[in-house]
Amino acid sequence: MVEPLLEVRGLRTHFPILSKVLRRRVGTVRAVDGVDLTVMPGEVLGIVGESGSGKTTAGKSILRLIEATAGSIAFEGREITGLSTAAMLPLRRRMQIVFQDPMSSLNPRMTVGRILSAPFEIHGVARGAQARGHVVDLLRLVGLPEEAVDRYPHEFSGGQRQRVGIARALALRPALIIGDEPVSALDVSIQAQIMNLLKRLQGELGLTYILISHNLGVVSHICDRVAVMYLGRIVESGPREALFFDAKHPYTEALLAAVPSPDPGARRRSVPLDGDIPSPANPPTGCAFHPRCPQAMARCAVEAPPPVMLAGGHSVACHLHPG
Amino acid sequence: MTSAGEGTVALHVSNLSVSFRIPGGVLPAVDGVSFELRHGETLGLVGESGSGKTLTSLAVLRLLETPPAQVTADVIMFEGRDLHRIGESEMSDLRGARLSMVFQEPMTSLNPLMTIGRQIDEPLIRHLGLSGAAARAQTVELLDRVGIPRPAEAARSYPHQLSGGMRQRVMIAIALACRPSVLIADEPTTALDVTIQAQILTLLRELQDEMGTAILLITHDLAVIAQTADRVAVMYAGRIVETGPVAELFARPLHPYTEGLLRSVPRIVRTPLATLPEIPGVVPAPGNLPDGCAFAARCDFADPTCHQQRPILAAQGPDREVACWHPRHG
Repeated sequence: MVEPLLEVRGLRTHFPILSKVLRRRVGTVRAVDGVDLTVMPGEVLGIVGESGSGKTTAGKSILRLIEATAGSIAFEGREITGLSTAAMLPLRRRMQIVFQDPMSSLNPRMTVGRILSAPFEIHGVARGAQARGHVVDLLRLVGLPEEAVDRYPHEFSGGQRQRVGIARALALRPALIIGDEPVSALDVSIQAQIMNLLKRLQGELGLTYILISHNLGVVSHICDRVAVMYLGRIVESGPREALFFDAKHPYTEALLAAVPSPDPGARRRSVPLDGDIPSPANPPTGCAFHPRCPQAMARCAVEAPPPVMLAGGHSVACHLHPG
Repeated sequence: MTSAGEGTVALHVSNLSVSFRIPGGVLPAVDGVSFELRHGETLGLVGESGSGKTLTSLAVLRLLETPPAQVTADVIMFEGRDLHRIGESEMSDLRGARLSMVFQEPMTSLNPLMTIGRQIDEPLIRHLGLSGAAARAQTVELLDRVGIPRPAEAARSYPHQLSGGMRQRVMIAIALACRPSVLIADEPTTALDVTIQAQILTLLRELQDEMGTAILLITHDLAVIAQTADRVAVMYAGRIVETGPVAELFARPLHPYTEGLLRSVPRIVRTPLATLPEIPGVVPAPGNLPDGCAFAARCDFADPTCHQQRPILAAQGPDREVACWHPRHG
């Protein structure tokens, strides 16, 4: 039996809303509000959702870049929520993140060589000429020329900068990489290059990914499993094919129907969803989706549906599917 | 209203170029762009970052600062006038009235210090000569029409009090207040979530059917084009490389760039390809364009001719044009 690489239970990340003058707590934004996730080694899990669904906060909470309010996060069998900064340091080598916009996540005053040798130096793996050797290997791995070492981030195109961001994440041979919209800022022709690179690296290095994205086409292309988030909770998760072709939750169905097809013949499958996503500071009672749900029942307004396991590892939290 | 002049030309742009004066030279950004937008249709202008699609629209609207920009054109015909040559006061009478625009980020195009209502009243008073009260009545009607709940109340609110999708609805209400014959929509849904995008695109289509407005839809998103445009013009490195009706162009792209672009879009299919077809390399930098075809360095079919001589946009069958020495599906 293979152990999960990552097991998240009951993850909650709440942010206080403070009053303007006295900074008193006047409310709470429930950005992540009870998330369970299991990620097996070598798996690619996609987390999809719209703005404000909590997908980015969930990712950052898992890496402890944001402190969670409650819940447990077990990485390689070890609980990490209570660990001190010093105790986290060796684990940080094992879990990395790639951000959306490489221009704002790469230091503009450092050469690519310095950016990429920093992880080796911080973790005491290598320095000087040895670190430089590692950097050249990394550049080759992500398809950049060796000359990139002496150049600055602004001298690269968006796609090349994202290659630098990926190289930095790979430097210390992590087990888990969380990609937060890693291809969203890129043009479509470049997006394909980076998606292929991520997929190739995953195979070659045996990596595990959590890919956070609002782009369902991207997620459908490289993920093995997909979780759909709405207002801080996972409403449905399952294997790629089940989720895209046998969706159970009305929100997943609406989301899929709203994605425009790149083929002019294929017109929309149904009427688009009405209204906006509600504020996570004031989420609806019961099922958070019920005010927008075309199939809502009286019960949905009062009682939050628990996730129910269906066949084939497919799970849904909806009163229409009572197990 | 829709039938009046449908199929005839609403906006004719001929040989439009935009360049920027920079220290030590001139940077060409749009190079000899020509197209026709017909009454009642949606023409999609699609291209990647830096292809010149936004500059093209800003030049048509005369919203570029000159200098640093330099704009030249043979003609930009709109309702019997050459927009490139009329005076600034005549242009500002047309802009927002007969020729309107919606931009990507409604938060930066709306005035944060003015109520939504006043921002819609303004063009009604200025261009249609309505009284304040009559304008407000029409404003409330417009807000209702673009799907804003409790429109009278919303008219008294400020932009920051609305969600992104609602703000874009307000922008559309402002743009269509005077029933323009041409609307230029530059990435109108790019900043929005996909469920909100679907709402806005549906709204634009409905309003177009009602008013017969011709829409120039500028976007990088091929799927948005596929679902909303009647015809498409594909831009690459400041030039139009291909045009045609949407279904034909998507099914049988003639330019290798269009073909590569369409193939590299990740589609939701049961069995995804192991690797997504990619276009190798990057777009050449403006000011550093080769003598020949700007796409040649990335093209699988390029030969010496492609590298030496620039292909011009020429008819290739009925209602199709391509700028390529070796068109695909030809």
